[in-house]
Amino acid sequence: MVGKRSLALFAVLGFGYAFLYLPIVLLVIFSFNESRLVTVWSGFSTKWYGELLGNQKILDAAWLSLKIAFVNACGAVFLATLAAVVIVRFRSFRGRTLFLALVTAPLVMPEIITGLATLLMFVAMEHAVGWPEGRSATTVTIAHITFSMAFATVVIQSRLSQMDRTLEEAAMDLGARPLKVFFVITLPIIAPSLLAAWLLAFTLSLDDLVIASFVSGPGSSTLPQVIFSSVRLGVSPQINALATIFVGVVTVGILLAGRLMNRNESAGR
Amino acid sequence: MDAVQDSVLNRAIGVFIMVDTQTVPAPARAPGGSLGQPWKDPKAVPFIKLEGVSKSYGDILAVNRVDLSIHKGELFALLGASGCGKSTLLRILAGLEVPTEGRVFIDGVDMAGMPPYRRPTNMMFQSYALFPHMTVEQNIAFGLKQEQAPRARIVERVAAVLDLVQMGAFARRKPHQLSGGQRQRVALARSLVKEPKVLLLDEPLGALDKKLREQTQFELVNIQERVGVTFVVVTHDQEEAMTMSSRIGVMNAGRIEQVGTPAEIYEYPHSRYVADFIGTANLLEGIVQTHAADTVVVQCPDMPSAVAVSQVGAVPAGASVTVMIRPEKMTMGRDRPTGEVNAAPGRVRDIAYLGDISIYHVQLDSGKVMEVAQTNLRHTAEQRVTWEDVVWVGWHPANAVVLTQ
Repeated sequence: MVGKRSLALFAVLGFGYAFLYLPIVLLVIFSFNESRLVTVWSGFSTKWYGELLGNQKILDAAWLSLKIAFVNACGAVFLATLAAVVIVRFRSFRGRTLFLALVTAPLVMPEIITGLATLLMFVAMEHAVGWPEGRSATTVTIAHITFSMAFATVVIQSRLSQMDRTLEEAAMDLGARPLKVFFVITLPIIAPSLLAAWLLAFTLSLDDLVIASFVSGPGSSTLPQVIFSSVRLGVSPQINALATIFVGVVTVGILLAGRLMNRNESAGR
Repeated sequence: MDAVQDSVLNRAIGVFIMVDTQTVPAPARAPGGSLGQPWKDPKAVPFIKLEGVSKSYGDILAVNRVDLSIHKGELFALLGASGCGKSTLLRILAGLEVPTEGRVFIDGVDMAGMPPYRRPTNMMFQSYALFPHMTVEQNIAFGLKQEQAPRARIVERVAAVLDLVQMGAFARRKPHQLSGGQRQRVALARSLVKEPKVLLLDEPLGALDKKLREQTQFELVNIQERVGVTFVVVTHDQEEAMTMSSRIGVMNAGRIEQVGTPAEIYEYPHSRYVADFIGTANLLEGIVQTHAADTVVVQCPDMPSAVAVSQVGAVPAGASVTVMIRPEKMTMGRDRPTGEVNAAPGRVRDIAYLGDISIYHVQLDSGKVMEVAQTNLRHTAEQRVTWEDVVWVGWHPANAVVLTQ
């Protein structure tokens, strides 16, 4: 009886996992395929990893994407922290509701609109003040910050509003000035959410194709752009290899962040 | 554990005093001596003075025109039900809330516009508010670091107060690795380490179990008496307020209803609210019939005859008042009591046996139920009065109080 039920449960669980992860598993397996044809298995090989390392175009794009994602994540977390503090700590100021709506609007804004709008703004700005000169990694970074900041704000704001306010009051009572309280008490306590927000912003930027297509210029194609254009000419097993590396890096990153957050959470109790 | 806690605080007090002889001002109350009653001396200058302090949140008046004087070395308790504004008043003293109206003086200095980080007060929070990312040691050192105390002094002071609360062995622990009682001791150490002129405690013993709470109450009083710091304690627990404090301020709906020593508050409440809030009270509504030199005669519908109450002070005839009698000040017996006493017959409806005393609920002929406490002088089996017995309850005129509010 119990055995039967658990068997059925395991089958459902297996199906669920397969639905979610079978495509990725296939991708990883085929990255070690000898054949040039992505769908036909002809033996184990790591040659596509070798070819990938020789493909300067993809490597350049990957490096550029990582740089953009890094700067974007730092910028987004900085702005999001300021916004979260304003939203949570300054409960009553004129236009708070409007501010909240404006900060979180990019969450629901279609990317294609955000991309087009930022492109129009950059063009208009170049006409008006001469900056930014053309489309480049800079414009991609700025555009990414504007939309990933909204996500980062939500993450940081939720942690900050859970934080026990009396901790800040106790610090002030013991003689710390407000700015010092923020850096010595508030920031360390919400640090896990800053890290989570940073990783989220990093991933969003690394992931983005639509906005980058609008605001990147010649010579500043991001990795998703390069992959997308190369896939249109036929899928190369190199892409499988690249994807496998990314999946590996992201998995390790998420596990590390998860562990770090868990430890901090329990310490915060 | 209990014994440890007990001796810990005791010993710690010794350390505290030893270390602080140069810095702490002379205690107002010598160890083992008595504070006296500075609030009765019209020339005494209060250490903390509140003048017409109000605090409103929108339409809600949390604190309503409070005037209060607290003297140096007092252990003053603010007592009231939750939501009566007592915590807000404490936070106003700490500078965490800005009063809407009125002025606050501490040690003669007007506290208007003075932020919490520049006030001579330290607060022990109800939730303890220990910094979760710091060790016990770092938590306690935090206050001293803010005033840029020299390193050697910080180390010395932290060690001293850790010893005081016997938490030395836990110096490197994080707050989440401590039990509730241990956290409470760390919070106390942290609020004492800067040697504040005024220590504010918000429900300091709320999270402790009954036995530990009672011990800690006495220890707090000991610390307070020996270091001479002025304590202001917020509590909703009347027993806590009665055992610990030199004076109590009973708060209700943002106002201070009455300020007095525990005995004054209990024996001579000024209002129905205070009488009802502190201990148990039998309350009889009535109209003043006559008012002689020292006796008020009140006509109470619930009583078979007029009630006499010894009272100095004018109560106009015709005023509607409440007569209050504490259960333990009443007598009970099968026969009508003789002499100048107020008495009424009734039937025993309920008996609660508490060991040392028993509480009898006696229903008078009018339907009014009176609570009478009787000391159990004899074994229960020999006690005659039982359920549904007809008895006489009575009390001497001097043992009742007429409440006009």
